[in-house]
Amino acid sequence: MSQGIGVVGLYVRDQDEALEFYVGKLGFRVHTDARNGDYRWLTVQHPEQPSLQLGLFKPQAPVLDESTARTVKEIVAKGAMPPLVLDVDDCRASYEAMRAAGVEFTQAPEERYGNVDANFRDPSGNGWKMIESRRASA
Amino acid sequence: MRKPAQGRTSQDPELLRRLLRAKDRMDAASQEAWPVERLARVSSVSEAHFARSFKEAFGVPPHRYLLTRRIERAKALLRDTELPILDIALQTGWNSLGTFGRTFRDVTGESPGGLRARERTARHELERVPACYASAAHRPDLTSAVSEKRRQEAGVTKDAPQKPEVA
Repeated sequence: MSQGIGVVGLYVRDQDEALEFYVGKLGFRVHTDARNGDYRWLTVQHPEQPSLQLGLFKPQAPVLDESTARTVKEIVAKGAMPPLVLDVDDCRASYEAMRAAGVEFTQAPEERYGNVDANFRDPSGNGWKMIESRRASA
Repeated sequence: MRKPAQGRTSQDPELLRRLLRAKDRMDAASQEAWPVERLARVSSVSEAHFARSFKEAFGVPPHRYLLTRRIERAKALLRDTELPILDIALQTGWNSLGTFGRTFRDVTGESPGGLRARERTARHELERVPACYASAAHRPDLTSAVSEKRRQEAGVTKDAPQKPEVA
């Protein structure tokens, strides 16, 4: 596939911390880590989804002005960024493994509407819903 | 009472992240008792600091936030289960059916039994939306104190957008 979404970005409070989380704890891979002065373009990707990069960006100058950057940092820390969904084959197994790795879960796996899901947050406050994918019926 | 400043004061993101943790804990176990000292401990701040900072961050005092979450859960249980209303009251954090029914009516504008009956007749197609987002979209929007709302009374139905408080 040559057309489609290439990068979707998240705002994170600290890129080193985010890298340690998404790569070290969730098992993502680094796609691009490029610095230009204070600016760092950092993207990771899910090992089974090479067509999409998840950008881990810091709200900072020169992209944002000081005051806007501060506001964005507050919004992220309040968990007010839009929903993120991670599809997994086995929600309970992933929960155990990720929890053992130190991931902060805000909801343990629960079954509803015939599907299992759990919630976790990255260190910055971005909220993820982890859903057992229904491949059979997909 | 402090009025929110026109140009909102900014809060330390590190503090906000810890306040979010207290909010998350209430979300995860809204049926439990959440006295301020417990919440303050989760956020690693003093009790006095906690209540003020929480309200500043999330727009409502912590106990009122907890109330909206309990009502939200009760609504889901009324809708999705056959549990007796008393059981739902006890499961969502109330000690008596009376308090539950009164608070529920104050917040939603209808009785628990009324909501159940209405939901039964009009099943929503929410299947494709992850449950928590669907439920967040239906979270009661408590912009006023319950007592105030009690005074408002009258026909706030679920289909009509709730009117913002005009002082």
